[in-house]
Amino acid sequence: MDSFTTPLLAGTATGALLLIAALGLALTFGQMGVINMAHGEFLMAGAYTAFLTQQVVTNADVSILVALPAAFVVAGLLGLLLEVTVIAWMYRRPLDTLLVTVGVGLFLQQLAKDVFGAQGDPVRTPSWLEGNLPVFGYHWPYRQMFTIVLAVVALAALAALLKYSSFGRQIRATVQNRDLAETVGVRTRAVDRITFFVGSGLAGIGGVAVSLISGTNPRLGTAYIISAFLVVVAGGLGQLKGTVIAAFAVGIATSFFADWTSASMAQVATFALVVVFLQLRPQGLFTVRSRGLA
Amino acid sequence: MFSPRSRLATGTVVALTATLGLSACGNKDGEGTAAESCVDTSGDSIKLGFLNSTSGAMAISEQTVRDSLSLAAEEINADGGILGKEIEFVTEDGASDPAIFAEKIDKLLTGDCVAAVFGGWTSASRKAMLPVVEANNGLLFYPVQYEGLEASENIYYTGATTNQQIIPAMDFLASEGVESLFLAGSDYVFPRTANKIIKQYAAELGIEIVGEEYVPLDDDDWTTQVAKIVEADPDFVFNTINGSSNVGFIKAYYEQGLTAETNPIISVSIAEEEAPAMGKDVTGQYAAWNYFQSVESPTNATFIAAFQDKYGAERPTSDPMEAAYTSLYLYKALVEKAESFEVDDINESADGVTFDAPEGTVTIDGDNHHIAKTALIGQINSDNQFDVVWSSESPIEPDPFLEGYDWWDPSAE
Amino acid sequence: MRTAVRTFGPLVAIAALAVLLLVVAPAVLSPFRLNNLGKYCCWAIAAVGIGLAWGRGGMLVMGQGVFFGIGGYAMAMHLKLEAAGPEGVPDFMMLYGDGTMPVWWEPFRSGAFTLFAIVALPAVAAAILGYAIFKRRVKGAYFAILTQALAVVFATLLIATIQETGGFNGLNQFTFFFGYNLYDPVNKKMVYSIAAALLIGCLVVVWQLYRSRFGELLVATRDAEERVRFLGHDPANVKLAAFVIAAVMASIGGAMFAPIAGIISPSDVDATASIFLIAGVALGGRALLLGPALGALAVGYGRSSLSESFPDQWTYFLGALFIVVILLFPAGLGSAFGRAAALVPLPRRKETTS
Repeated sequence: MDSFTTPLLAGTATGALLLIAALGLALTFGQMGVINMAHGEFLMAGAYTAFLTQQVVTNADVSILVALPAAFVVAGLLGLLLEVTVIAWMYRRPLDTLLVTVGVGLFLQQLAKDVFGAQGDPVRTPSWLEGNLPVFGYHWPYRQMFTIVLAVVALAALAALLKYSSFGRQIRATVQNRDLAETVGVRTRAVDRITFFVGSGLAGIGGVAVSLISGTNPRLGTAYIISAFLVVVAGGLGQLKGTVIAAFAVGIATSFFADWTSASMAQVATFALVVVFLQLRPQGLFTVRSRGLA
Repeated sequence: MFSPRSRLATGTVVALTATLGLSACGNKDGEGTAAESCVDTSGDSIKLGFLNSTSGAMAISEQTVRDSLSLAAEEINADGGILGKEIEFVTEDGASDPAIFAEKIDKLLTGDCVAAVFGGWTSASRKAMLPVVEANNGLLFYPVQYEGLEASENIYYTGATTNQQIIPAMDFLASEGVESLFLAGSDYVFPRTANKIIKQYAAELGIEIVGEEYVPLDDDDWTTQVAKIVEADPDFVFNTINGSSNVGFIKAYYEQGLTAETNPIISVSIAEEEAPAMGKDVTGQYAAWNYFQSVESPTNATFIAAFQDKYGAERPTSDPMEAAYTSLYLYKALVEKAESFEVDDINESADGVTFDAPEGTVTIDGDNHHIAKTALIGQINSDNQFDVVWSSESPIEPDPFLEGYDWWDPSAE
Repeated sequence: MRTAVRTFGPLVAIAALAVLLLVVAPAVLSPFRLNNLGKYCCWAIAAVGIGLAWGRGGMLVMGQGVFFGIGGYAMAMHLKLEAAGPEGVPDFMMLYGDGTMPVWWEPFRSGAFTLFAIVALPAVAAAILGYAIFKRRVKGAYFAILTQALAVVFATLLIATIQETGGFNGLNQFTFFFGYNLYDPVNKKMVYSIAAALLIGCLVVVWQLYRSRFGELLVATRDAEERVRFLGHDPANVKLAAFVIAAVMASIGGAMFAPIAGIISPSDVDATASIFLIAGVALGGRALLLGPALGALAVGYGRSSLSESFPDQWTYFLGALFIVVILLFPAGLGSAFGRAAALVPLPRRKETTS
């Protein structure tokens, strides 16, 4: 039973993490056609925010609750800054934005190394996340359950925002037809900025969750970002449900592959799986007709 | 488009290139003699090269080596230099990339004409530098514990080889009455080789290996692998994980209810620098090294004081830092015994050169260029320092190819 | 006269580069610097292919390290076996494994097979992958991401297969290059010259391609894939051809890199290395003939010299290069300076993708 429950539950937690990371990517990619390769470094920024928060709010039980909104704002502002200074100048050049953000990512990584030192910094787990729940032989850590709760809350909040708020309606309008949205008075540039803020902010929250797994280090983002991109590719654009299904599928599949073979081979197998899947559905699981993407 | 003229022009360029290319003909019979050394020993100073990664994934560890090398150079200069010559050091960044290490050591030896190079951390970086340093008949001092199975005339290994760290760690486990062992490592050369040795020695000692798991170097999530440790419930976990991946391993280990009381860990890459960075209280866990900051000796007290004076009182000292510091002093001792900076002269008289290092007295083995070191097992206390709980009593002679161990069969799986 | 410049200008420029690399450089550079230049030439060979696929074809190939690696490892395996001697087994297999050699290493004892494999392996791999991707009309950013993920996976695979590929350490300690002792300075110079000559050769090939009907179709596919389809061509085939040629060029670059650098390891072929290859192309001008090659030479030189003078700042430079060049000079610096010098086959459209 363990060889089934362990990968399933651990994989669900990994999937939840990928979901938080991929939501922001899918949002900005779907709306603006922008692939932000520095998204991983926003995760890193979130993790460092968690570390810094612990220096101020020394009680680990409380600091994580402060760190979550703080990381959202820090990463969100970084995203906004990126949008205003770089991406806004490169509309309709999606491949070029991709490369520019590669440069931004390299830059941020080196910056983190110079500011915080190359040695990673510890982030203490709050006492209410210590421990585990035995489920069919798997000692399911509370921390993993917390990650799943975090992902579900983030997803619900985002879905509610998109569905019920007027801002959400503006986003959906922009995704479906930018020109038409502009004609009816939606200020699409402002919408873009806020989308970028929210999408990057989500990465910050993901970073806090990652910091509970591995502390902080400058290369933290690179370990997750490729999987997050594969999730976006497999999930398709413009609809959250595609990203959700793809995130959990990739997370759980990787865990099972790792259980059957090794963690290295699991990376290889997951990639192969996504390529094969794209043979069946080249546009991903779900896609919304939008203006042509690159 | 394809006029005869354009064809003619293309033909000309191709022919030109071919002629020029072939004009630099090779020499098939040449023996390939080593390049003449260009080291200049006529002045008041002697150039040495420090080659460490100050960028990339390994910068975490290698910066500390750079720091203690600089300290040793300063001290030696203040004390009159080597054979009366002041050390002038040239620094280069290996960028955590083996090919860059190969390029930079070539530059240091043939461009800057340094008398010796100090540095490297990963086995990959050492393996990459080896042919270059041999081709130029240069000298490299490598300061990190490694997987053994190597000896070069042009390299001095001042970290432990396997019979000075891995094997003593197993002896310690046997003396503790350990019956089952789980192996956890990063998926690359050192852990794989170390575990091959561990498995063979465990069979000899009657310790059962109840599991073996590897995770890629840059992957921090150990949850699924730790679940297997929980299931196997070993007496001890042998940890050969490298770098930041240790944090993920340690967190997952405690999260799933394992403790130093129930299933203790013995590590070979967690030292004073790493222990506080785990984000967990790792009190009671073990590590195998040849030096701990807690080693009590006047030399070590001086070393720690000098290091913290230069870099700050919060900076701990650790095994690779000490080995790097020692390597520069050993070089000084080697040169002064040989009364020459010539590599051949140094190698000639290398056997038996000693230095009263912070870890204790170390002695160079002239045959394999490793040094005799005392093996120590430390247990982490609440100050993230190590209490020495076991030691090999006397320095262990280096045996990189494990020739003195009859259970060792390199060709077995 | 103008047509003559248009036709032969590029060829004269290639010839000038040939003289510079094959005559001037060996005469003035120290053996160490010449060997470094050899490495830059290898990157430049791969860059020429990226120029074809990305600059002309609009396919952002972010995983060319994979094909660079296929060539590099194929060559390195041969050199390793040459160093081990007939019937010999590479040293690392005895250190890290049981001393038996995997069967698929065996053919690489033959120099002729190795040369064949350096061209054929990447061609087959790129054809299969490209067919799967292009026929299903996966393109743009999806394609870029998949190629980058491929590079990550490739490096992970290499690191995990220690007994077969040397793992993280890679392959090194080569003594002979097809019978020539690599420790002999004369022979090192020869290996350099071969790399430089191959670079010139690749430039001549792409020059011809750009002038051909295929070159026109490729640019047409980049700029208006649907229209090409309506005209009765299958854009997938056009892209596939460019992708395969780019892969073969990267492989040739990698094959020469191994003997020149003396090592090939996962760090030379992973995602970061692939990004590094693109940097030169972006700098020099992706759609130009000489831009990618000159850019790669410049970035290679920059990496060596900047990291010597500012060891800790190299990453900043690389990051800034991407930001500044792509933001301000999307067509590359070569485009800004080069037109007057007639280095360019006078592009007829704005040289940007999408």
